[in-house]
Amino acid sequence: MNEQWLGLITGILFGALLQQGRVLRFEKQVGAMLLKDMTIIKFMLSAILVGMIGIQLLVSLGEIELKIKATDLGAVIAGGLLFGVGWAIAGYCPGTSVGAVGEGRWHAIWAVLGMLLGAALFAEAYPLIEKNLLAWGALGKITLPGVLHVNPWIVIPILAVVYIVVFIWFERKDL
Amino acid sequence: MSKHIDWRPYIAGALLGVLATLSVFASTRLLGRPQYLGASTTFVRAAGYLEKTVAPGHVQANPYFAEEKVKVDWQFMLVVGVFLGALIASLADRSYKLESVPPIWREHFGNHIGIRALGAVLGGVVAMFGARMADGCPSGHGLSGLMQLSVSGFLALAMFFGTGILVANLIYRRQRP
Repeated sequence: MNEQWLGLITGILFGALLQQGRVLRFEKQVGAMLLKDMTIIKFMLSAILVGMIGIQLLVSLGEIELKIKATDLGAVIAGGLLFGVGWAIAGYCPGTSVGAVGEGRWHAIWAVLGMLLGAALFAEAYPLIEKNLLAWGALGKITLPGVLHVNPWIVIPILAVVYIVVFIWFERKDL
Repeated sequence: MSKHIDWRPYIAGALLGVLATLSVFASTRLLGRPQYLGASTTFVRAAGYLEKTVAPGHVQANPYFAEEKVKVDWQFMLVVGVFLGALIASLADRSYKLESVPPIWREHFGNHIGIRALGAVLGGVVAMFGARMADGCPSGHGLSGLMQLSVSGFLALAMFFGTGILVANLIYRRQRP
């Protein structure tokens, strides 16, 4: 199977799960940021909980390799702060904006258009910030177990417990 | 604990964890390299395609488009699939609904499509500029980053929600005029 078909099939399942988890809704996205409705956090942490175990198992078995993004402090902190501002205003992140249009919430098309424009503007700005802001604090491709000098299988159970405690807390608080 | 727990986000989320794992496995086996879930690079490529129709030379000369390559790759089709999957799933369980302005937005800014469009375009521009700076969005940094225990993922997600919470409360917590 070629790359495009595999991507499409994976994407259809991804979109269906996002839709069934009800995380494509503007009110769920903004609801999480208003700390009123934690649906998207429950969804994300559930995926992360299962995925971190599954992926680490495959790594331990020698079946797959990780693909870590670099921890460039300047880029991740400045970009992350900016992303949060835009996310709150738009009400969608890139993946959910496209999914929301699929679910009939066609107003999300404006967010998609804005994101396309944002990507084009970033391409123009890139040569100006590539060597300074984006290169500042380049710590490389680091992982939590790597930084702590422990086996991933020490970190994973601890994080799993943390995520489950978060779930219980959300349910107790009716969030 | 409250009387009723809505298991929907937990079940759909856990299944996404399974899908993410299988997807890395399948792409490694079939394509020879691992593919992790992500979305924002696709917007760069789509913007590149659109820009090419009016200024092909400009796109060719841009170092960022050269680095990310304007092409229809695995992730591009993943994002196309997200649209289709959401469409199919919402039609199947009849939760598909045409909506011109989101309800929370309407409560604060009225039912004008133009004002919502302006807000969403501006928000979208800022969000994507930030995502490209950070080299990822809540899918690439959030889901795939945390699944791989990457420090960049934890840091990015904390930033995303940090300012997201701040700005959302500034915008939507205020009383209606």
